[in-house]
Amino acid sequence: MSNSKKYLQEEIIRTSGVNPKKCMRCGKCSATCPAYDEMEYHPHQFVYMVESGNIEPLLESDSLYRCLTCFACVDRCPRSVEPAKLVEAVRLAAIRKQGNNRMTANDVPELIDDETPQQLIVSAFRKYTK
Amino acid sequence: MKFSYFPGCTLKNKAKSLDIYARRSAEKLGVTLEEIENWQCCGGVFTTAKDEVATKLSSVRILKDAQKKQQALVTVCSACHNVVKQTNYAMQNDKEFAGKVNRYMSEDEYNGETQIYHYLELLRDVIGYDKIKESVVNPIGKKVAAYYGCLLLRPNAVMRMDDPENPTIIEDLIKALGGEAVIYGYRNECCGGYVRMESPELAGKKSQTVIESAKKAGAEVIVTACPLCKYNLEKSGCDIPVVYLTELLAEALGVKEDTNE
Repeated sequence: MSNSKKYLQEEIIRTSGVNPKKCMRCGKCSATCPAYDEMEYHPHQFVYMVESGNIEPLLESDSLYRCLTCFACVDRCPRSVEPAKLVEAVRLAAIRKQGNNRMTANDVPELIDDETPQQLIVSAFRKYTK
Repeated sequence: MKFSYFPGCTLKNKAKSLDIYARRSAEKLGVTLEEIENWQCCGGVFTTAKDEVATKLSSVRILKDAQKKQQALVTVCSACHNVVKQTNYAMQNDKEFAGKVNRYMSEDEYNGETQIYHYLELLRDVIGYDKIKESVVNPIGKKVAAYYGCLLLRPNAVMRMDDPENPTIIEDLIKALGGEAVIYGYRNECCGGYVRMESPELAGKKSQTVIESAKKAGAEVIVTACPLCKYNLEKSGCDIPVVYLTELLAEALGVKEDTNE
């Protein structure tokens, strides 16, 4: 593994607090994921791609923005791997890069209506913007 | 009995009824909710990354304010509850994170001492469903589907509200209020959440599954504690009412219409 790949892998493991080696490949995380059909890479793939250091494809994937952070994979994992925390760490590595914000304040007016709760706007900003 | 209370941004704006009926019902049941002064928005979602510190400071300030008043903290909004509770758990269990926060805040050290109750836990564990049952003047008399969504129950290691796969805390309240609680498969699955912003199709599909599941079980009304769940269900063609559980409570307790306000 190249040094840059190794560094990225260490960063993701450190910021997520997840040990992907605990995974026993049962696939329950992806089986229970409500966004499964909309994802290019599924929760179990996040786990083994981080484990093998193959993280660049994840950084580029829209799958990062399909995870609903519902914690279903976290609670239903029999080995407490907590895949959602890996998705979160990779997503942050993506949007923390300069110019990589997924959404800006200028995008918001077109996306909301009179009933939109503030909760939706602030949550979306947490997810799409740094 | 007095508690510190954190309503959160949405309850001051699009979800005013969630807030107003929570306070009014609590007063009726002998509990005063004292709003934290100068609180800031919790941010809506908890960022699980360990090196995210600034995004969690507003929650720590709220928790510290409650501690200063030597009160437990009550939340109503599912999102606020999830964020504040997960932040408090991190302050208790992640020493490195707590150290960074405490060095930043330049006040007395805080290590997660404040006790947090979701409004439902206040009703169940402090007031008690038996007392609530005795206080009901307008029994609901409808088939009510409790919609937990994800934020109230998960991650269970932190939230510890109820059995995350077979919760009863809302159903037991519905029964205490004279309603019939409808059990359905998707009551603890996600409505689509914040993804509504970027992908209304995905959020719509998730919400429709919940609605169909509740209706198939015979629901006449859906109750929730989450403004985003309510919005997502309503925007996804829900043709039965989606109401906040505090509204249902206020109605049953006879305090929904208050002539003093």
